[in-house]
Amino acid sequence: MDYNGVWTLGEARDGEIKEVSFELLSRGRKLADKLDEELVSLVIGDGITDQQAEELIKSGADKVLLMNAPALKDFIVENYSNVIEDLIEEYKPEIILAAATTMGRTVMPYIAIKTDAGLTADCTELDIEEDTGNLLQTRPAIGGNILATIKTPNHRPQMATVRPHSTKAAEKDESRTGEIVHLKFDSSLLDGRVKKLGFRKNEEDAVNIQDADVVAAGGKGLKKGENFALIRELAGYFEGAVGASRDAVDRDWISYPYQVGLSGKTVTPKLYFAVGISGAIQHLAGMKTSENIIAINEDPDADIFKVSDFGIVGDLFEIVPELNKQLAEEVK
Amino acid sequence: MNIVIPIKQVPETSNVKMDEETGTMKRDGVESIINPLDLYAIETGIQLKEEYGGKITVITMGPPSADKALKEAIAMGCDDGILLSGREFAGSDTWATSYALAEAIKEIEDVDLILAGERATDGDTGQVGPGIASWLDLTLSTYTSKVVDVNLIDEEVDYTTVKQDSIIVERMVEDGYEKLELPLPALLTVVKEISFPRLPTLRGKQRSRKVEIPQWNLENLDMNKEFLGLQGSPTRVVNIDHPKVTRGGTILDVREDGNVEEAVSQLIDYLKAKELV
Ligand SMILES: Cc1cc2nc3c(=O)[nH]c(=O)nc-3n(C[C@H](O)[C@H](O)[C@H](O)COP(=O)(O)OP(=O)(O)OC[C@H]3O[C@@H](n4cnc5c(N)ncnc54)[C@H](O)[C@@H]3O)c2cc1C
Ligand SMILES: Cc1cc2nc3c(=O)[nH]c(=O)nc-3n(C[C@H](O)[C@H](O)[C@H](O)COP(=O)(O)OP(=O)(O)OC[C@H]3O[C@@H](n4cnc5c(N)ncnc54)[C@H](O)[C@@H]3O)c2cc1C
Repeated sequence: MDYNGVWTLGEARDGEIKEVSFELLSRGRKLADKLDEELVSLVIGDGITDQQAEELIKSGADKVLLMNAPALKDFIVENYSNVIEDLIEEYKPEIILAAATTMGRTVMPYIAIKTDAGLTADCTELDIEEDTGNLLQTRPAIGGNILATIKTPNHRPQMATVRPHSTKAAEKDESRTGEIVHLKFDSSLLDGRVKKLGFRKNEEDAVNIQDADVVAAGGKGLKKGENFALIRELAGYFEGAVGASRDAVDRDWISYPYQVGLSGKTVTPKLYFAVGISGAIQHLAGMKTSENIIAINEDPDADIFKVSDFGIVGDLFEIVPELNKQLAEEVK
Repeated sequence: MNIVIPIKQVPETSNVKMDEETGTMKRDGVESIINPLDLYAIETGIQLKEEYGGKITVITMGPPSADKALKEAIAMGCDDGILLSGREFAGSDTWATSYALAEAIKEIEDVDLILAGERATDGDTGQVGPGIASWLDLTLSTYTSKVVDVNLIDEEVDYTTVKQDSIIVERMVEDGYEKLELPLPALLTVVKEISFPRLPTLRGKQRSRKVEIPQWNLENLDMNKEFLGLQGSPTRVVNIDHPKVTRGGTILDVREDGNVEEAVSQLIDYLKAKELV
């Protein structure tokens, strides 16, 4: 098979390259080095400058394929898919990685069908198999209860989406050099069927819980919606985001975008606080790969303590105010 | 408005056993239910039918016993069920699953809208919905959180314009909601926020008992055999690991001694040691 090179699909919004694009490069760099192949970052958008593309090179890319066009300003899956398919046909990359974001998880399966490629979802580990050079893709499934390793032996490219925050972006190396290729947009690839009519930013706090380094989450133990103020204050000391269990969301104490778990968001922050959350398996599915987990619950047998690095058994209405007080002193 | 809803039957608990050899799930002894996230697609479909008329067909690919899931959907208010079942489908990954479902949906007449769940709670890839859209070359909105409006052109009245029905939706992205207009036929994958699933009704249950569920497979559908099942699947599960759940962290109990201040100060020390404050 004459497929060659590791590609990462960068994400851009409003002319800015998103952080996940840099995380993907540290994954891609490792694979490209093992295969002794080139690492390419493909960025599609509008108004992305060469200076921004240089940042991708400093973060590990050997080459940046940059396609700017007003028609590509917004992510419309049909358009992006046409463009990427066309590039796959021309360049024949061996591996394509995208972030497991709403964009990656939409465009990658659409492309995989059109290009007869295998696609592994939401990977947390990637490696190269010694003798075959195949991509080994490891992902949690069944509510995080198992880790499955998946291979795509006979199809190219090998495609995977990668869980955001499952790795860190590499330190920028100012001395790295690479090539920026400006791709010309072929307007015949524009699908044109779907129109974007608008965008409404999340209300409440502007922090996106999947991007946050710290998430403070509250559950049914908070007893009522107003008590989320305690959680907001706690999150505030870390400039973090607020999260919630499903029971809190179902009671309308907070809206659905903040729900963590199997039927909500998967988060992997550096620090996760679970306050008044029992740790049902469906909640754990969305947060148990967080780096540090702190639990506050009055029930010593609550399952949340099993996944905790530090836990306090007791009344949250005594503990959280004290925690907020001591944090306020630390921050000061 | 003719709606098709692909639904998946999944094991009831999250504690299913895996066959370590093949990397497939052992389903014996575990009760199966409709993928919980598919209930939101079913509810959305029923609401659209109530408003715009038409018919809902639910379809599932799975073992013969998966007809139970179809019957349950019919009891909620869907009209017909199709069971895609046969040995040839065994071991399908998302590529092969979406191929088989797409081929079956092609046989259903005048489909305006396909509604799928965001993801299944077992395989958990979320790839089958977009995959079906891609096979059928339909427009796609994933993570759909709201149907804002449906524009159905009345052909009798409007003979001046080209017929173009459309649906306006909101989809949930990381930092907000995008509003899209998609011409029909389209495929939407939906998130929990879109609706609140109703329970089956008594009348629905009675009807579901009587409904005949046809079984489709290679014998009565024209499909490319090479695209089906394990042989049609580009991906292979080669290993299954069971990660340890317990972290064995420090747990302080303040219920007896009431020394909240001390416990919190130890927590702060922990956070400092980890350079988190
Ligand atoms: C298909 C499916 C999908 C699901 N998806 C999700 C999901 O995405 N996210 C999710 O979170 N759940 C999900 N669930 C629901 C899940 O099973 C639990 O019901 C839910 O997580 C419980 O929320 P909770 O921990 O807030 O409430 P509870 O389980 O009621 O826990 C409340 C906790 O608060 C503690 N508490 C009470 N008062 C105090 C106090 N004063 N001080 C300290 N502690 C106190 C209690 O000891 C208890 O442990 C799903 C379920 C299903 C079936
Ligand atoms: C541990 C494990 C890991 C796996 N990882 C991958 C992987 O990374 N890539 C891959 O290609 N395959 C993978 N598979 C195979 C995959 O689970 C199956 O193809 C499965 O049949 C469909 O995928 P899903 O459960 O992820 O469904 P999802 O794509 O998550 O389901 C989304 C929606 O599609 C519809 N749908 C899904 N399946 C059916 C069905 N059978 N009938 C009707 N409607 C349906 C439903 O509306 C559902 O809500 C994996 C399997 C296992 C056991």
